[in-house]
Amino acid sequence: MTGLDVGWIAASAVALANGVVTTVWLIAVTILFGGVLSVAGAAARRSGLPWCRATASGYVELIRNTPFIVQLFFVFFGLPSLGVHLTATVAAILAMTINVSAYGTEIVRAGLDAVAPGQREAGRALGLHNLTIFVCIVLPQALRTVFPALVSQMVITMLDSAVVSQIAVRDLTYEADLIQAHTFLSFQTYALVTAIYLGLSILLRRVLGLAGRAVLGPGIS
Amino acid sequence: MTSRHRPHHRFAAVLLGCAIAAMGWSAAWADALGDIHKAGVLKVGIFEDFPPFASAGSDMSLHGYDVDVANALAATLGVKLDLVGITGQNRIPYLNEHKVDILLSVGQSAEREKVIDFTVAYAPYYIAVMGPRALPVADAAALAGKTIAVNRGTLEDTSLTEAAPKTADIKRFDNYNGVIAAFLAGQVQLIAVGNDVGASVLARHPAIEPEQKFQLMSSPDHIALNKNEPALKQALDEAIAKMKTDGSLNKISLQWLQKPLDAKDL
Repeated sequence: MTGLDVGWIAASAVALANGVVTTVWLIAVTILFGGVLSVAGAAARRSGLPWCRATASGYVELIRNTPFIVQLFFVFFGLPSLGVHLTATVAAILAMTINVSAYGTEIVRAGLDAVAPGQREAGRALGLHNLTIFVCIVLPQALRTVFPALVSQMVITMLDSAVVSQIAVRDLTYEADLIQAHTFLSFQTYALVTAIYLGLSILLRRVLGLAGRAVLGPGIS
Repeated sequence: MTSRHRPHHRFAAVLLGCAIAAMGWSAAWADALGDIHKAGVLKVGIFEDFPPFASAGSDMSLHGYDVDVANALAATLGVKLDLVGITGQNRIPYLNEHKVDILLSVGQSAEREKVIDFTVAYAPYYIAVMGPRALPVADAAALAGKTIAVNRGTLEDTSLTEAAPKTADIKRFDNYNGVIAAFLAGQVQLIAVGNDVGASVLARHPAIEPEQKFQLMSSPDHIALNKNEPALKQALDEAIAKMKTDGSLNKISLQWLQKPLDAKDL
């Protein structure tokens, strides 16, 4: 355990790189689906239809008040008894998407509430369709307001994704655990993986910031 | 945006600095046996989901072969027993970082011998591949294209990884619970576990008709301790030798493995 043995890093590099690719892929797909679902969920929360509102708030309450790992185990270990067999990766993406969308729904809803009512009224005065008002006027302003909170939620979800190693998805944490189990160099392995997660978080914030500015205009952080 | 992120980089640099500094520091441990006596407690790392060696009973307290052995060891050393739940992958770090004094149910392997020490064997352990009756698997070569669950970082993992063909899909879980749950949920076709463990867990689920397909290896259980602890090693070896001669280990075997201890299994 003394000193920094460099040999193991070279031997583990491929495994860790594969783990990084899996983690990045998981979070990329989750952000895509989770982002869309968050907007849909928020729209449902502020919909004129009572059953729409009830369903969305029920979903948000259920997911935000239960642990992520339990949701993941339910999808992977529980659903098969209902006849739904998902591979570990699909189960992980599904659980992550369901989880992040609940938090995202609340964040986007807060953004919708922050848009001044006059904006909607102006749209109506111009004779625009309700959907056009939502997509072209209200939503961009709402997303501009809550963009930093959304990005933080996505970063949290990426860090939480370490939990999917529990259902044998070969993400970064899984590969680290495996390397540690073979080399017993726990300090070195987890120090390296901590640094990789830190780098991934900073990178994800930057990429999402760039994407946000490209879509929603300058001034987004 | 960039200015907001500068503290991150500074933090990362500090973290890295701490990491490098800590690597240079090596623990000099004087005498584990003396420390155990001084503390009056023997901390034993055992699996908590590992019947018949250790699992929670209906009153949620742990019982099993390893629990009885741990109790006997603590009694011999004249100290109190503290059972610490560990997993296949974290237990050797637990031992190396002195979070536990000894580990039970450890199979001997060359890669483990580099970092930990072993006493004489105290329990028989066979690693087998198990699966439903409907799925024929004759040997390791027949694992091609099949999914097999295994507890990550255990000897099951190492021996299965070695024996199975490249096309076998080995799913590694964090604990025996995950392995068994994945199998019962149909997420994997087969499992590689100790045959006594497999038998006692799967006996609770007769509907699947699980059976032993073939044996991967025999790997008797040893007590693991940190390297360079000759006094503790001698005390443990003597305690096991005493339990073998006075018949108490045989009694434990009869109770939990339903068969007498056979010297050739150890």
